[in-house]
Amino acid sequence: MALAFAAMTALAAVAAEAGGTLTVGMTAGDLPITTGNPDQGFEGYRFVGFNLYDSLILWDLSNGDKATDIKPGLATGWHIDEANNKRWIFTLRQGVKWHDGCDFTADDVVWNMSHSTNEKVPEFDPSQFAQARSYLGNYAKVEKIDDHTVAFETKVPDSLWPYEISYVLMISPCRAKEVKYNWVDYAQRPSGTGPYKFDKAVPHQRMELVPNAAYWDKARVPKQDRLVLVPMPEASTRTAALLSGQVDWIEAPSPDAIDRLKGAGMQIVTRIYPHNWTYQLNFAKGPFADKRVRQAANYALNREDMKEMLNGLMLEGYSTVPPSTPYYGNPRLYKADPAKAKALLTEAGCLPCNVTLAISTSGSGQMQPLPMNELVKSNMDAAGFEVTLQPMDWNALLQVTREGVGKHPDVNAINVSRQTQDPFNALIRHVWTDAWAPKGSNWGHYSNPAVDKLTEDIFAEFDTAKRLQLLTKLNETMNEEAALIFVAHDLNPRAMSPKVKGFVQAQSWFQDLTPVTLSP
Amino acid sequence: MMFYILRRILYAIPIAFGVSVVCFALVYIAPGDPLQTVMPPDATAETIEIVKKAYGFDKPLPMQFLIWLGRVLTGDLGMSISTRRPVILEVSEALANTSLLALFAVPLAFLTGYVMGAIAGSFPGRWIDRLVTGTAVVGVSLPNYWLGIVLVIFFAVEYMLLPATGMGPNGSTGFHILEWSSAKFLVLPVITLSMIPVGILSRTTRAAVAEVRNQDFVQTLRAKGLSEWAVTRHVLKNSLPQVLAVMGLQFGYLIGGSILVETVFTWPGSGFLLSKAIINRDVPVLQGTILTLSLVFVATNLVIDLLQSLIDPRIRRA
Repeated sequence: MALAFAAMTALAAVAAEAGGTLTVGMTAGDLPITTGNPDQGFEGYRFVGFNLYDSLILWDLSNGDKATDIKPGLATGWHIDEANNKRWIFTLRQGVKWHDGCDFTADDVVWNMSHSTNEKVPEFDPSQFAQARSYLGNYAKVEKIDDHTVAFETKVPDSLWPYEISYVLMISPCRAKEVKYNWVDYAQRPSGTGPYKFDKAVPHQRMELVPNAAYWDKARVPKQDRLVLVPMPEASTRTAALLSGQVDWIEAPSPDAIDRLKGAGMQIVTRIYPHNWTYQLNFAKGPFADKRVRQAANYALNREDMKEMLNGLMLEGYSTVPPSTPYYGNPRLYKADPAKAKALLTEAGCLPCNVTLAISTSGSGQMQPLPMNELVKSNMDAAGFEVTLQPMDWNALLQVTREGVGKHPDVNAINVSRQTQDPFNALIRHVWTDAWAPKGSNWGHYSNPAVDKLTEDIFAEFDTAKRLQLLTKLNETMNEEAALIFVAHDLNPRAMSPKVKGFVQAQSWFQDLTPVTLSP
Repeated sequence: MMFYILRRILYAIPIAFGVSVVCFALVYIAPGDPLQTVMPPDATAETIEIVKKAYGFDKPLPMQFLIWLGRVLTGDLGMSISTRRPVILEVSEALANTSLLALFAVPLAFLTGYVMGAIAGSFPGRWIDRLVTGTAVVGVSLPNYWLGIVLVIFFAVEYMLLPATGMGPNGSTGFHILEWSSAKFLVLPVITLSMIPVGILSRTTRAAVAEVRNQDFVQTLRAKGLSEWAVTRHVLKNSLPQVLAVMGLQFGYLIGGSILVETVFTWPGSGFLLSKAIINRDVPVLQGTILTLSLVFVATNLVIDLLQSLIDPRIRRA
């Protein structure tokens, strides 16, 4: 009897430790903020945002074999108001509790929208305004219908609204009131509804999260005991930390470290995800205003060479979105053909064709910008261009990007990698006249009445299947127009210790860490 | 002496003011903008303009500077744009972390460098001099970030004796210097950080010792029949002011933090803070850190000057 009791106690102890502590080396230069929508780009969302918090609509990250799409989150359903195509009705999940024990209600949704958008209320947080505003450009207002139903109004009909609201994370009004809207205090005691709860953080060093055992989605209660997040901006430091056993998982190992990591028995996981590495072009002034020059630039590139240079850690980019995207369609592909490129330049009367490309020396999602840009220059020069690379740091390039060609007419293209997670960010923002920079992300001021009409049709089409057809047509049109210089899609590499089990890499910028365990 | 100290402190005020003006101007001359990096990648310029207003970055530059200066005079360095924590807290924590490195790197570098230089200077032209000088050249020439990576590969990756990065194990909330689990995080960054000062100090000390040994009074001491050890003591004392000046500069360098070493080891010190502030254009942190570090340099130089004048009163009179 005593032996059986001892054995059961031992087994229980092993079970309690079975999940282990997962320590992740992030590429971020610092810990993401914990007051809601995080900073540090989508890495902040991946490790902190979607772990501490939920949005009304989440991303389904459970399957790595297909492109991710949205799924119910704090809202169980949503539909457009049949009487008003600018009004979305959201049914909220019942029985959800914040980490601080308060109930999640419709009032909380209304409060959260004020918190991010209304500077006249005490709960307004300018940093959250800064973070959420990018996804709320079409937001007009929200109203409570009953305790479990809210209605959002958009400024213009917007069939893509569910995608936009998926980036807006909900924080606890209870905790915010408790700390008297002191967001510095809130950051030390954040409260969401997410699968992890905040445990502690040492500024600039590490943040520790623990499972939220009461998470509403029982299938996503974290299986590990603790998640530790460590900022490690230097790639060689991350590699050394993994090899020395200091961390179990690193983001974005550099391509030249892959063989060393594999040799040490580490798992290297890669998967295509909604990312592109392209050049946005200047349509207002200079050679790229001519479609033939844009097509020539696309024909000039040998993407296979670039893949080899990156040790295989990219997919050749022939379109704005990767082929696994539902609206990829059958676009015109610009396979490497320098002779054709030169012929097009000759036809356009631009030989040699002088172009200036603004590039960064590093940056979020920029992969290996310097060698990649050098190869692009070499390919384009060989096909009749004379490329001048204008390097700058990431911050400066972001400023050039946001200000648009109006302020930078002599830059012919910018090399800024983009997320293509949802249809608006993947396609529309590059070519819609209403999205001209600085108002939007159409940096080069592309404008085409046919494309604008197509875009308006997409916004007004609430039937998913029909909208998919329109989106496919838009992607094919963008390829035909050579609206960008398509180069590469990142494969989202990460390396992890052989002890890490259960991770399914989704085709997304976001990842689900909840199924991960560590074997002893 | 008091007048001398007061005069030196008064000199520090325009220096600190000048540094703050220059650093403020440099931040704004550089391309980029304080809010570009903290905003999401998809934020538009229009959104950034709205947020600029909320943070007060829409005001004319001279006005922003005066507002900042007014706050500084009351001890308020503002709030970090990136972390939203008070800058004074960010800077003091970072400075404490760097000081921890310096606490070990300073004696290691100064003692090693001084002893090596004194030995080499005492035996000029001999094999020991050549060995020390050669070692010093290597120490000065090796890029310390490269040395840091090599040490990590050797001690952390290959032999797993020491941690590769960070400042403390998981679960800890503070650095406990008396516990090996924390203290081992110091070893590699301290060695890396010390290498350049060791080289510089040994070369400076060697030159100073060799120079003093050739002065006439040394011949006089020997003629009086003093032992070689007693002569060496006089030589070392007379070479000290020159060495102290270089030690002061190196102390400032160590306490100011090394961007490269702290980045390689992800050590959250002032160099790491400064590099992040530059990348993010976190203007309040950048200004606060540069101002604090410049004051540390000014104070260090003041202390060194006072020490020099104590050792050699001729300096004070000059």
